[in-house]
Amino acid sequence: MPRHEVVSPIPGVFYRRPDPDSPPFVEDGGAVAADQAVGLVEVMKSFHQVAAGAEGTLVEFLVGDEDEVDAGQPVAVVETG
Amino acid sequence: MTGTIEVRKPGLSTTVQDGGRPGYYHLGIPPSGGLDQYSLAAANLLVGNDPGAAALEIVYLGPELLFTAPATVAVAGATMQPRVNGEDRPLWESFDVAEGDVLDFGYLTAGARAYLAVGGGVDVPEVLGSRSTYGLGGLGGFSGRPLAEGDVLPLGGGTGRAGLVVPDDLRRSMSKDVEVRVVMGLYDHRLTDKGRATFLDTTWQLTPVADRIGFRYTGAELETVDREPPFGAGQDPSNIVDAPYPIGSIQVPGGVEPIVLHRDAVSGGGYMMVATVVSCDLDVVAQSAPRTRTRFVEVDLDGALAARAEQRDRARRLREALG
Repeated sequence: MPRHEVVSPIPGVFYRRPDPDSPPFVEDGGAVAADQAVGLVEVMKSFHQVAAGAEGTLVEFLVGDEDEVDAGQPVAVVETG
Repeated sequence: MTGTIEVRKPGLSTTVQDGGRPGYYHLGIPPSGGLDQYSLAAANLLVGNDPGAAALEIVYLGPELLFTAPATVAVAGATMQPRVNGEDRPLWESFDVAEGDVLDFGYLTAGARAYLAVGGGVDVPEVLGSRSTYGLGGLGGFSGRPLAEGDVLPLGGGTGRAGLVVPDDLRRSMSKDVEVRVVMGLYDHRLTDKGRATFLDTTWQLTPVADRIGFRYTGAELETVDREPPFGAGQDPSNIVDAPYPIGSIQVPGGVEPIVLHRDAVSGGGYMMVATVVSCDLDVVAQSAPRTRTRFVEVDLDGALAARAEQRDRARRLREALG
């Protein structure tokens, strides 16, 4: 299966949930659409959604909830096709 | 011929910045301007502008911009691949764009802030002698705020030429490990010897709480001298009787997480400032992305002035190289 890496376009803190009381955007193994958010990155006191970028199955997160990430760092893997 | 730039995507927080708006800090209006003044100057000189002309400061994520007329442009500062209609263009080098061309950027790979200068400059109105955006005050720049999708930026008339290059030795180097020179004071007497040593010996890490107002670091807790709080100061050991905050001053609320105030800083408050970053190293702070490992290195006033003289010499060589 082709693997698509979901990349954070910005540096910051990666969150898997829209807010602390909500379920994650996507569970491991969940189906995602290309424009669907898989997480948030917080930087400069604001939050930015990271979209899957490809339709398929989100097989793996490469960073943990609340990990700091760099710009261009892969945060998850989507299997497509 | 003068044209415009249409903002198709704004990036994260793209603002018009120039050499700054000095002279009003005593009224609460900070200097603003490009946080990395050296890279701003390099981009401007590449396109034939004055070093302090109005350009775009791009932080972390680049915008997507449509040019409605031919222009000469240059990008300096953070490493963020410029592309015209999808084709790579060089950094630290001027190049032409044609009417209808779209300029966008790849991911940030080093540094934090890139400067996009356009021949003739970005022609927003001057406010108090500067075109810089002060976002907190809604002042200057384009409508006093970061760019938004659909904005149309007027350009001044310019006569830049493509193919000018900043020599390698005059490009700002970018690193995830930086040293920032500081002069200790004015409130370092609030620290014990141990607290002072901790401040200078710790490798601090920049947090994601870092913007044009201030840069917050994490790494250690500073020990403070016990005292009875003076009248007018709060109970926390880091509180002082309210005082003016110099640009570059490092305040340490609660003795943890030092904050370096930058060019959009608030002008005063009640936290001890243990040191102040020498002015030319504010550029180094500006190019720090979150997780940058930072050492604060003490210099005396002579050392600070020597650093400033060195920076001025470098700026002079830059002007000569691009003149």
